Amino acid sequence: MQSLENEEYVAGVEEVLEATDLEVPVDEPDRIVPAIEFRDVHLSFDDKKILNGVNFVVRRGETKVILGQSGGGKSTIIRLILGLLKPDSGQMLIDGEDVTDYSEEEMIPIRQKIGMVFQEGALFDSLSVYDNVAYRLHEMGVDEDEVEREVRRMLSFVDLEDAIEKMPDELSGGMRRRVGIARALVGDPAIVLFDEPTAGLDPPTARTICELAIKLRDLQDVSSIFVTHEMNNVSYLSSEYATVTEDGQVVFEKEGEKLCLINTEVIMLRDGQIIFSGSDERLRSSPDRYVQRFIHGK
Amino acid sequence: MNPLTKFIFELQEISVLIGRSLAGLMRGPRYIAETIRQMDLIGVGSLPIVLLTGFFTGGVLVLQTFPTLEYYSIQSEAGRSVATSLIRELGPVLSALMVSGRIGSAISAELGSMVVSQQIDAMRALGTDPNRKLVAPRLLALVFMLPLLTVAADIFGLMGGGVVASLLFNQEGSVFIQSVRNGISTQDIIGGLIKPLFFGLIIGSVACHKGLSTTGGTAGVGRSVTNAVVISSIWVIIFDFFLSKALQVFLDIGRI
Repeated sequence: MQSLENEEYVAGVEEVLEATDLEVPVDEPDRIVPAIEFRDVHLSFDDKKILNGVNFVVRRGETKVILGQSGGGKSTIIRLILGLLKPDSGQMLIDGEDVTDYSEEEMIPIRQKIGMVFQEGALFDSLSVYDNVAYRLHEMGVDEDEVEREVRRMLSFVDLEDAIEKMPDELSGGMRRRVGIARALVGDPAIVLFDEPTAGLDPPTARTICELAIKLRDLQDVSSIFVTHEMNNVSYLSSEYATVTEDGQVVFEKEGEKLCLINTEVIMLRDGQIIFSGSDERLRSSPDRYVQRFIHGK
Repeated sequence: MNPLTKFIFELQEISVLIGRSLAGLMRGPRYIAETIRQMDLIGVGSLPIVLLTGFFTGGVLVLQTFPTLEYYSIQSEAGRSVATSLIRELGPVLSALMVSGRIGSAISAELGSMVVSQQIDAMRALGTDPNRKLVAPRLLALVFMLPLLTVAADIFGLMGGGVVASLLFNQEGSVFIQSVRNGISTQDIIGGLIKPLFFGLIIGSVACHKGLSTTGGTAGVGRSVTNAVVISSIWVIIFDFFLSKALQVFLDIGRI
């Protein structure tokens, strides 16, 4: 199914290139296939419509920021992608593969290529930080030496190597989120989903979480969905990029004359429908009163 | 949703839960270490309360029946009356009720708090089926350990009965033991071991289902725990009646 749909995408793009006489070589045809695609997805709980015809695409290496009020269906989108919920109608594609009707069993390999960062971290209380981060590798029966190497690599990515022996209840809220990110990144997933990862955190810690998301996007080519209702997060994610200096340090630069970010887009949900989709600049200049009220709080 | 529809719906969900967990046992990964840990928690952990319950139940049975037996001059049959009621009924049922209170509540509380703190979602997101990882080991542990706990409760119940008959009613120990031996048959013992297999399955599946379907935060966890204990206890008692009837038919138990 997946290869067939991928081939269809690639064939379609090649046709367009031929028709327009463009001689651009498609060196990585798979990159054309969106990482995530929603096609007219509907979902209701009892009589309440949660999602009402949602369409969007997350391209490879792109971060899609989903904005909206609490209870507006933002986290539901993430749960649908993971197959934790099933839509009433519509289609959901991951890497071009239609996963809409996949069973729990069929979703397991799909979930293995997705990293998920939960709102409160959702760490396993009875396991240490090491075992939490190593969870996926332990389940796969990976050799313990390799597990330890990978856990240390991930904890150093989130700057938490010192916490390796701690239990989750010894960690602060921000540290729990960072351990959650490290756990999600084990196995280098191509897609990472963030479900309000900065909710309830102080501004510097929230900034740190956003920096991690930027690093993933710019340095590791990860496609991601970042669910939030905080405009600060949108500013960081859509106006800064990560780069590595000559001495190997990661620095964050603001977009401007040197670079214009096109790998981050914002969509806004209201009552289960997308009422805005585009760049953060277009969002801020949107004439929609709901959007303006959301941005300015009045 | 009316109560009957709700009941049928829950019964369907519990059946699916059992089916998925058992199907998961056929394929890997199998969580052997977790199953052994659960067996330790359920079996060894519940041993003291089950032994105490068995001992005093056996004792009180003799305490209450001995004067009546004496009235009919058949006090030598005290051992038989304790043995049949303990091994056929009270051993399996009381052990199941004690385990339901101790383990059913613990399972539903653990799984319920994992649900409300999104740990179950995290587990699924990390590619693990919670039915295999959490439900199957608990079900297996209960199905294996409850019959063993029942045997222990039966033995301690007979000891309790013997102690009371000997100390309070001055009955010779050998008379009591002989009466016990005359009173129980192989079918009684088999029947007494078949019942806890089903009771273990009932307690485990109800507790896991209630835990995994927890909603409404920490208050919801409390509700799940109460429901798990109450519903599994009621089911044990109702199912005991039908099982007893089935065992009477198939094993010819209960005809003196």
